[in-house]
Amino acid sequence: MKSVMGIISLQEDKGLIRELTDRRAVESLPFAGRYRLIDFTLSSMVNSGITSVGVMLPTAPRSVLDHLRSGKDWDLARRHDGLFYLPAPQEEELSRLGDLKNFYHNLDFFEHSAQKYVLLASGSFVYNIDFSDLLRFHQNTGADISMVYHVATEEETGHDVILETAQNGLVTDIAEKPAVYDGSKVSLAVYLMERRIFVEMIRYTYEHGGQDLLMDGIIRRAADYNIYACEHDGYVAHIDSTASFFKSNMDSLRPEIWEELFMGDHPIYTKIKDEAPVQYKGTAAVRNSLIANGCIVRGEVGNSIIFRGVTIEEGVKVKNSIIMQHSTVHAGSLLENVICDKNVVISKEKWLKGAPNYPLIIAKNTVI
Amino acid sequence: MGKTECLAMILAGGQGSRLGALTKKIAKPAVPFGGKYRIIDFPLSNCANSGISKVGVLTQYRPLELNNYLASGSAWDLDTREGGIFILPPYAREKGADWYRGTADAIYQNLNFIELADPEYVLVLSGDHIYTMDYSWMLESHKMHKAEATIGVIEVPWKEAPRFGIMNANKKTGRIEEFEEKPAKPKSNLASMGIYIFNTDYLKKYLEEDAKDETSSHDFGKNIIPKMLADEGRLFTYAFDGYWKDVGTIESLWQANMDLLQDEPPFDLTGEWRVLSSNPSLPPHFVGPDAEIKNAMVSEGSMVLGKVENSVIFPGVRIGKGAKITNSVIMPSTVIRENAVVDHAIIAQNCVIEEGAAVMGEPGAITVIAEGETVDAAAGGKRVG
Repeated sequence: MKSVMGIISLQEDKGLIRELTDRRAVESLPFAGRYRLIDFTLSSMVNSGITSVGVMLPTAPRSVLDHLRSGKDWDLARRHDGLFYLPAPQEEELSRLGDLKNFYHNLDFFEHSAQKYVLLASGSFVYNIDFSDLLRFHQNTGADISMVYHVATEEETGHDVILETAQNGLVTDIAEKPAVYDGSKVSLAVYLMERRIFVEMIRYTYEHGGQDLLMDGIIRRAADYNIYACEHDGYVAHIDSTASFFKSNMDSLRPEIWEELFMGDHPIYTKIKDEAPVQYKGTAAVRNSLIANGCIVRGEVGNSIIFRGVTIEEGVKVKNSIIMQHSTVHAGSLLENVICDKNVVISKEKWLKGAPNYPLIIAKNTVI
Repeated sequence: MGKTECLAMILAGGQGSRLGALTKKIAKPAVPFGGKYRIIDFPLSNCANSGISKVGVLTQYRPLELNNYLASGSAWDLDTREGGIFILPPYAREKGADWYRGTADAIYQNLNFIELADPEYVLVLSGDHIYTMDYSWMLESHKMHKAEATIGVIEVPWKEAPRFGIMNANKKTGRIEEFEEKPAKPKSNLASMGIYIFNTDYLKKYLEEDAKDETSSHDFGKNIIPKMLADEGRLFTYAFDGYWKDVGTIESLWQANMDLLQDEPPFDLTGEWRVLSSNPSLPPHFVGPDAEIKNAMVSEGSMVLGKVENSVIFPGVRIGKGAKITNSVIMPSTVIRENAVVDHAIIAQNCVIEEGAAVMGEPGAITVIAEGETVDAAAGGKRVG
C-alpha cells in the first residue's frame, strides 16, 4: 500500500446538519463517545498500510487542524511522507461552486507526489475498511477507477450515489438519487485510481467548466472510464443530516457494531487526551450506554452516549441522549432525546426533551 | 545531549518480590494501577508536569514489558530534541559485568550517563510510589537552602514511624541532623519518601567513595545519606503533605486502588495536573442493559454486563451477565464469564475466570490470580501468591 496516496476530502454539504456544524466541518463531528468522523477514514487508510495522506481542508479548518495536528496519533508524523494539509483556495478563486476547484488548486501537489495510485475518500462516513483488498481488486479487474459500495437494508432519504453493477463488479450505471431502497448499492465515496488518471480528470474537467468532481469528473464521463466496484459488508453510516448523526451514534450502542468498529485487529485512532477512567459514585445507575474516560457519574444514564470529561450529578436522568465532551449536567435535571454539544452546562433541575426522530440540540458552550 | 539543569533518575530495577504473583513476568514499576495506569506513570508524569525533560530509567529485573511500555517516552511528552527518556540497564565494561548491587550502585554505574547529560542537579526517584508532586518546588527549596542534598519527607502516623527511614531535622531550618533507618523509638515522624535531589558533583564524590567500600550495601538510605550526615553535609528536608503510598505489597497495592474510589479521590485525577500514560486505542466502555456499577472505576474498551461494586476495572476487560465483582482490581484484557463471583481479589492481565467460578479473598488476605491464568468453577476460591 506504499504505492497509494490517501486523499480525504472535507467538502461535505452542510445543508441538512447545520446546528452541529455551525463552527466545525462535518468531518470533525464527535462520534461514539471519543472519536471525530474523520478518524474512521483516516484510521482505515493507516491500518491498510497507507503512509501518505493528504487532507483537503475546509474553508474553516480550525477544528480539523486542532484534531489532527501533526498526525502523530495516527502514526502519520513521519520524516518522509505522513500527513499533508491541502488548503482551500483563496477567495478570488471561490467564484466557481463545487469541490473541483479545491482539487485543481492543489493540482501541483498531486502531480508531484511519488505514489502510483490515489485513494480518494470522503471524511463523513463511519466504517472500518481494509483498503488493501480494494487495491487487489483494482489490480485484478484492470479498472481505471474502483469504488466501494454497501447494500442498503432499509429505505432512506438523502443524497446518495447509487451504483448498478454487473456480476463481475463492472459499474453499468452511477447516479445521485434522492432516496435509497432496500437492496440499493450505495457508494461509500471511495475512489481508487492511478494518479495520472486522477490528475488528468481534475485538469480536464475543471478546465472544461466542471464544478463537482463526482458529477462532472466521474458521472458525466462514466463512459470514458472502466469503473468497477466491490462490496463492503461491514457497518457503514453516512453522516449527512442530524437524523443520520443521531441514529448512527446510537448504532454504536449495539454491542456487535461496537465490536466490529472498535475491537477488531484494526483499531480506530483518535486524538489522545489522557483522561482518567470513569468514576462511578455510590448513586450512579447506568444502563445500555457508552461512557468515555474522564467522566464522573453520580446520576442515572440510559441508552446514551457520554463523551470524555462529562459530569453527571446526583438525581440526574439522561435518556436516549448524546452528551459531548466536557459538558456538565447539574443535580436533578432530566434529559431525553437531547444532543448536548461540547462544553454545555445544564444547571440544576432543568427538564429538556426532544422527540426520538427529532432530537433537541443544545449548541456548543450554552449554559441552560 | 544539551545541558540540563536537573536530570531525573528513576530506580525501576526492583523485582518487587512482595507483590508475588503480580511480578512473576513483569517488573514492579510496570504493574498496572488505578484503572489505566502503570506504577511508573506516576514519577514519569510528575517529571513531565514539573518541567523535567530528561529522565533515565534504571532497569534490571524483567525489563521487556517495561521497555516496551516506555518506548520513545512520547506518552509523557519526553520525546523532545533536548530531553528524552533513557533506559539504563546494567552493561558490561572492560573489567567485566555487574548487576546493580543497590540503589546507590545503580546510579554509580551510570555516572558516565550523568556526565553526558551534565546536569547541575540529579533527582533520584523510585519507581514504586503513588503520588503526584511538583518537583520544581523541591528544587527551589534545594537552591534556597544552598543545600548539597534535599530529601523529600512526609509525616506518617507515629505508630507507623518505626517502619520507615526517619529524618530528625531542625524544626526551624529543616536541616537534617540525624537519619534513623526503622528506629524502634522514633524521635520524629518525618519519613523519607525515597526522593532525593543532589548537587551533581557532591553526589559523584560520595558514590565514588561508596563504590570502593567493600562493606557497603550501596544503598542511599543505609550508606550514602548516613555518610553525608557524618561529614556534616548540608542536607535538608522538603516536606510533602499530599497523598503518597508505597505500593510494594499486595495489601498496599489493593488499598491504594481502593483509595481512588472515595467520593473525593485522594488526588485530582481530572484536573490540570494529569497523570499521563500510554493510552490504548480503545472505544468508551460499554455498559450493558442489566449492568450495575457503583463506587467503581471503569476504563476504555471494557464491556460490563454484570455487577461491579467497589472495584477498579482496567481497559479491555469483559464482565459477563450475572457476574459479580466486589472489592477487587481487574487488570487489562481479563475475561470474567457469566455468573462468576470475584471478591477481595486482584486479577492480573489476560486471565479468564470461567462461568460460575468464584475467586474469594477477604479483608487482610487479598486473593491474587497471576497473569494469564484460567480459573474454572471446580477450582473454587483459589489463592495464588
